[in-house]
Amino acid sequence: MALLIRNGYVYDPMNGIDGEKMDILVEGGKIVDKLKSAEYEVIDASGMIVMPGGVDIHSHIAGSEVNAGRLLRPEDHAKDVELKTEITRSGVGYSVPSTFTTGYRYAKMGYTTVMNPSMPPLEAKHTHEELCDTPIIDKATYPLLGDWWFVLEYLRDGKIEECALHVAWMLYATKGYAIKIVNPGGLEAWGFGRNVRDIDDPVPYFNVTPREIIRGLCKVNKLLHLPHTIHVHTNNLGKPGNYETTLQTMKCVEDLSSGDKPCIHITHCQFSAFKGVDWREFYSGAEDIAKYVNFHKHVTMDMGQVIFTDTTTMTADGPFQYILHELTGNKWVNHDVETETSSGIVPFRYRRRSYVHSIQWCIGLELALLIRNPWRIFLTTDHPNAGPFTSYPQVIGWLISRKAREETLSKLNKRARETALLPSIDREYSLYEVAIATRAGQARALGLKDKGHLGVGGDADIAIYDVDPRKIGPSTQYDEYVKAFSKAAYTIKEGEIVVRNGEVVKVLDGKTYWVKVSSNSEYEVSEDMKRRFTEYWTVQFDNYPVSEAYLKRSKPVQVESEV
Amino acid sequence: MHNSRHTFSTLSLSEILNLEVHEGNRKRKLKELFEVSTGPYTSPEGFTIWMKGDFSKVRYIGYGMSTGKIVLEGVAGMHLGEEMKGGFIQVYGDAGSWVGSMMQGGRIEVFGDVGDYTGAAYRGSGRGMRGGEIIVHGNALNETGCYMRGGLIKVYGSVGQFTGMHMHGGTIMVGGETEGRDGAEMTKGKIVILGRVPSLLPTFKIEAIKPRVKVGEERVEGPFYMFTGDLAENGEGKLYVSKNNNPHLKEFEKYLSPVKVR
Repeated sequence: MALLIRNGYVYDPMNGIDGEKMDILVEGGKIVDKLKSAEYEVIDASGMIVMPGGVDIHSHIAGSEVNAGRLLRPEDHAKDVELKTEITRSGVGYSVPSTFTTGYRYAKMGYTTVMNPSMPPLEAKHTHEELCDTPIIDKATYPLLGDWWFVLEYLRDGKIEECALHVAWMLYATKGYAIKIVNPGGLEAWGFGRNVRDIDDPVPYFNVTPREIIRGLCKVNKLLHLPHTIHVHTNNLGKPGNYETTLQTMKCVEDLSSGDKPCIHITHCQFSAFKGVDWREFYSGAEDIAKYVNFHKHVTMDMGQVIFTDTTTMTADGPFQYILHELTGNKWVNHDVETETSSGIVPFRYRRRSYVHSIQWCIGLELALLIRNPWRIFLTTDHPNAGPFTSYPQVIGWLISRKAREETLSKLNKRARETALLPSIDREYSLYEVAIATRAGQARALGLKDKGHLGVGGDADIAIYDVDPRKIGPSTQYDEYVKAFSKAAYTIKEGEIVVRNGEVVKVLDGKTYWVKVSSNSEYEVSEDMKRRFTEYWTVQFDNYPVSEAYLKRSKPVQVESEV
Repeated sequence: MHNSRHTFSTLSLSEILNLEVHEGNRKRKLKELFEVSTGPYTSPEGFTIWMKGDFSKVRYIGYGMSTGKIVLEGVAGMHLGEEMKGGFIQVYGDAGSWVGSMMQGGRIEVFGDVGDYTGAAYRGSGRGMRGGEIIVHGNALNETGCYMRGGLIKVYGSVGQFTGMHMHGGTIMVGGETEGRDGAEMTKGKIVILGRVPSLLPTFKIEAIKPRVKVGEERVEGPFYMFTGDLAENGEGKLYVSKNNNPHLKEFEKYLSPVKVR
C-alpha cells in the first residue's frame, strides 16, 4: 500500500525537523522519497501534527507476572470492558488490560512499538505467547539476568568473556532484546527472605555485590555490542533516601562509557529519586539526580510518572513488593521464580491528598523538566506501576503546559504543594521535545534504527494527531493536545492505516524483535549447565529455549560481538 | 437483564414492551419474554413493579434502583438489587447469590432463602455494601456481608461460612446457626449470632459477657459472649455470640477479667 501524507506539520527530531509543513511518502511499509506506484491513498494532514509512531521503552504488557496481575484483579476488569466489534476482539481491564485490548489501545494513541521490560527466562514462552497475541504493535522483551545464577557465578569468578557468551546465548534462548537488571542481588537474597542494603552489600551464597553485577553486565553489554544499554531498576527502589543509591548506581559505570554513548539506562527513575529518611521526612531527590545526568553523558532514564488513580504495581522486586503489601494491606502475589528472579504484585491507589504520593507525582515531572537534554529522559509510567499507559496523553499535557501542572497541583496535598520544587519550574516542553520523549529518544536509546523517525528507509510507523500547532497554543490549550494524543487521527503501521479517528480499522500482527549475536567463539552449552537444569529447574533443558517458530513474526537484530 | 425502575415510570406500556433485554448474548424485547400489563397497583412507596413467576434466571433485577418498589412473587435471579441506592424490593420466594451486592441505600426483603455473597463486594474488590438494609427470613449461604462497610444485614435463618468476612463496618445479625469462620479478617463492624456457632477463629479474643446488643434500631436480648477481632488484621470488629445457645464456648469464660483470689 502506498500513501501520501500531505501538508502535515512534521516533527522528526532524529532528522532535525521541527514542525515543518511537508509531505511524507510511504511505500512497501517504508518511508520513501518517491512513490513508484501510480495508485496511492492521500491523507490530508493539513492542520495536523505528524510524528513517528510512539515508542515505549518500558511497559509491563505480557508474561506470567502481568497475567498474575490480571488474575488478581477481577474488579479491574469489571470496570473497563471493551465489546467485540467486527474488526477487534473483546477485552477487559483498566490497569492490566488483556493482550488484544493492550495492542488496540496503544495503536489508538499512535504508538507502534512497545518493549516488555521484565521477563524471567523460565517464562519466556509465556511472554512470547502473550506478545504474539498483542496486535498491531511491534514488540520486544528483556530477560532478567541480574540475579541469574550463571551470571552471578561468572561475575564472581571474574569470567567476563564467558559471561558474555552465556548472555548472548540467553538472549537467543529467550528471544530477548536487552539485559534487564532489577534490584541486582536483591532478588536472589529474597529467596532467603532478605534484601540487599546498598550496591556494596554482598548477595548471600554467591558473594558478589550489586556493584559487581552492574559493572559486569555493563562490560558484557559492551562486548556484545547490544543495541540497548543495560536496563536497570535500582536497588532500594521505593525507599526514602534511595536517590543516593541511584547516584552510586550511575557512578559505578562512569568509567565504562565510551564517548557520548550511554552505557546504562535507569528505568522509572521516579521510584528511585526519593530523598529523606521516612514517609514523613520525605522529599524529592529529582534535582540531585538531574544535576548528575546534566553533567554526565553515559546515562539515559525514563520517568515512571505517577497518575492519581487505582492501578496495579508489579515488578520483579520481590522484597519491595512485600513492603508495599505491608504498607497498604492490599492483596499481594509473591513469587520466587525458581533460580532466576522474584516478583510481586500489589494493587495500589495514588491519592492526591497523600503527601507522599503528591511528592512522587512531582518527582517524575521534575526529572523530565530539570534534565536539560531531552534525549536522556523519556516518558513512561512504568505501566501499570505508576499508572496505566492510557494516561500518556495526560503526562504530555503536564510536560507542555505549566498551567496544566498548576491545575493538578491545586488539588494536591497542601504540604506537598508548598514545599515541592515543581511549582517554581517554568519550563514547558516543545512539541519537538515531546516527539523525542515519546518516540525519537526512546528509539535511539533502544538502538532501533528504523523506528522513531520519518527519514527515508525508516519503518512507516506514523502517528497523525488532529491538533493545529500554529493555531492552538500548547501552553494554554493543553487539553486540546491531551485529547488529540488520546485519539490519533491516523495511526499507520508498516504503511497500513490501522487507526482512523481513534478507532481501530485494521488489525495486523506486529513483529517481535530480538537480538541475535554472532560471536567469534562457539558457545557450547556445557554439560555442567545441562546437568544443573535437570537438578534445579522444573523444565528440561531441551524444552527451555524459545524456538524462532514460536514467534508469529520474528525480527532478529543481528549484532557482531567482540568475543 | 438490567431494568431500571425509575426509567419504567416515565415510559408508556408499548415502550416498556419494546425495551431491549439480553437473553444470553442475544438481544430480545421484553414482550418476547414476559407478559406485561399496567394497572393501579400502587403502594405506599410509590411507583411499583409487580413481578410474578420464576425469575431465577433473570439477573440484576432492581440494579441501581433509587426509588419506588419491586414486589416479586416467585424466585429472583442473581444480583438482585445490586448497587441499589434507595427504594424497596420484596421477594416472596428465594433469591440467588449477590443479593444487594454493593448496596448504598434502600431496603431488600427476601422471605425465602438467599445464596452466597449477600451484601458483598464485587469479586476482588474491597468496596462492599455501604448502606441500606437486607432482611432475609430464610437462610443464607457463604460470605454474607463480605467487605461490608455500612448498613445492616439480618438473616433470620442459618448462614454458611465466613459471615462478615473482611468487614470494615456495618452490622450483621444471624438468627440461626452458622457453619463457622465468622468475622474472618474483619477490622470493624458488628456481627451478632443468636444461634449456634461450631467454633470461633483463634484470632478472636473474648472481652466480656453482654446482656444485650443494639442491632440497627433494635435492642436484641442476650446474654452474649462478646469477642473482638480479627487480630490477624489488628481488627477492632465485634462478634457477639449467644451464650445460651453455645454452651461449648463456656471455656472462653476463663479468659475474662481475672477471678479474685481469696
